[in-house]
Amino acid sequence: MSSDKAVIDYKAMPDSDGHFGIYGGKFVSETLMEALTELTESYEKLSKDADFQAEFDKDLAHYVGRPSPLYHAERWSREIGGAQIYLKREDLNHTGAHKINNTIGQALLAKYSGKTRIIAETGAGQHGVASATIAARLGMECVVYMGEEDVRRQALNVYRMKLLGATVVPVTSGSKTLKDAMNEAMRDWVTNVDNTFYIIGTAAGPHPYPKLVRDFQSVIGREAREQSLAMTGKLPDALVACVGGGSNAIGLFHPFLSDESVAMYGVEAGGHGVETGEHAAPLSAGKPGVLHGNRTYLMQDEDGQILHTHSVSAGLDYPGVGPEHSWLKDIERVNYVAINDNEALAAFHHLTRIEGIMPALESSHALAYGEKLAKTLSPEQTIIVNLSGRGDKDIHTVAELDGISF
Amino acid sequence: MSRIAGCFEALQQQGRKALIPYIVAGDPSQELTVPLMHKLVEQGADILEIGVPFSDPMAEGPVIQLAHERALANRTGLRGILAMVKTFRETNSSTPVMLMGYANPIEYMGYQAFAAAAHEAGVDGVLTVDIPPEEALALNTELKKFEIDNIFLIAPTTDEARIKQIAALATGFVYFVSLKGVTGAGHLDTAMVEQKLNQIKTHTSLPIGVGFGIKDADTAVTISRLAEGVVVGSALVDAIFQRSQQGDDVNAATQLIADMRVAMDAV
Repeated sequence: MSSDKAVIDYKAMPDSDGHFGIYGGKFVSETLMEALTELTESYEKLSKDADFQAEFDKDLAHYVGRPSPLYHAERWSREIGGAQIYLKREDLNHTGAHKINNTIGQALLAKYSGKTRIIAETGAGQHGVASATIAARLGMECVVYMGEEDVRRQALNVYRMKLLGATVVPVTSGSKTLKDAMNEAMRDWVTNVDNTFYIIGTAAGPHPYPKLVRDFQSVIGREAREQSLAMTGKLPDALVACVGGGSNAIGLFHPFLSDESVAMYGVEAGGHGVETGEHAAPLSAGKPGVLHGNRTYLMQDEDGQILHTHSVSAGLDYPGVGPEHSWLKDIERVNYVAINDNEALAAFHHLTRIEGIMPALESSHALAYGEKLAKTLSPEQTIIVNLSGRGDKDIHTVAELDGISF
Repeated sequence: MSRIAGCFEALQQQGRKALIPYIVAGDPSQELTVPLMHKLVEQGADILEIGVPFSDPMAEGPVIQLAHERALANRTGLRGILAMVKTFRETNSSTPVMLMGYANPIEYMGYQAFAAAAHEAGVDGVLTVDIPPEEALALNTELKKFEIDNIFLIAPTTDEARIKQIAALATGFVYFVSLKGVTGAGHLDTAMVEQKLNQIKTHTSLPIGVGFGIKDADTAVTISRLAEGVVVGSALVDAIFQRSQQGDDVNAATQLIADMRVAMDAV
């Protein structure tokens, strides 16, 4: 098996039509096809353009603050009593999460393509904040679509976006969460396709989005690989990252895919437990289907309708997943597992108390699995867990669960 | 010849244009859908376009989004809709029926199973909003086996090369989306529509239906001067909803179709 996997050229994926095996593609209405073709062509050209790459790298270094550290969580590793855990500190990026890597890249594409207006969807608000941030810096109009339910849950981020000059539009259709915000952003795009660039926040959507988001986020894995070699003299034994749409996970995993010795774990939101049906774990419990422009694993009923999801973390509360993850699951290169709300909350508290680092609830899912995995390994082995975002935005949620109101 | 092709041919001989109303199956209730279909035919509809509700109708404006939500709240699914078409066919074997919806309900059923079941129910055409020609081959092949027309959208943004690509796969008719936007939007640009239709006609001899932005007899007449078919969706769906809210007979909403018919035939 493993020798078969070694011959796969992961960098050659997706194919020219955006397919990862049977997944991915361009499932959108005809009106948007021209815009996708234009985006594909401009990205192909700009990704090989030295000026574009130089500007992207400069922004990552001086605006985002990259490279982000790889931190050896010694005390936590000792307490767990297994493998050494290293944290990739995306929480230290400007705006507090990995999201900014992608928004900088896409906003540069918008600028080079002459678009004057940016739209984005957001769940927890991190991608909305990152988009509003970059729009403010480039002096572009920015409209962020956010489910009415999330607007309520994430009032602080809504205000941050407004301070940055963005217009936040509450979405009242469907389940009033991230998937509906994405529908509404698509509707805006179809109406204003001439002057508008849609910055999709995760490695999903129609081709070329899953590819370009992966490429922009792959800086995480490239840095982590170098840092691991420099700090430990070897590659890590395992990588762990949370998966909602899956952009931080694919960003960490992709530069390691050809390294056969590196095991990978994508951690989905198990909510109240995958067996209860109240979760957001399409790779663990869904079936392939078509949503938001791509074929991928989805949470759906027997009529092919998309199901409501549940997770304590708004950023993982999505019924689909990026198509490359669906493919990596089927070819068994990455293991996909689920962590429940309670396990994630416990990991949130552990890291806060033991290392003095308050993680985002999304990232806490990866940390919880990292803990479990570390226990099964020896102290000579190493695990990199992607600490994709900081937890400040989640303090209200955690307080509420602890019965505290401000 | 398919019912849809036959319908356009007969209309052409009569010097008339096709009137194609769109309703969402299961809105306002599952029981009312088949009677509404018959009533639409009575009022002058030539082809019936039945919307298959989907949880994430990305191309729809607010009016049709809400209709999808109501239909789903009534637990309307693809299998149930095929049963409705079958019931309709018990007393109407001539009016073409096409389904318009999104990929996933069909994906879930499986292309082959869907094509066979649609054929068995008496469906004549299928339009999936989010399956452009690049992704359409597998479904198109199954539909062809059962002589079901695969109807494709052409948009104001569709270039010459894509029009050719679509024309190569399409049968029955092609559906021109008259504006950049969602269903029910209100900025119809007649000059652009005319120019684009002329471009499409150089690449296909299929009839062209035009939809999005047609809301009354006047706009129906304007479009019927340019194209072979006029599709009316949001205006009718909204009229049905308003009647149902007021507790009136929803069939009365089809008066809009009768008015369009009279106006179009007077041209």
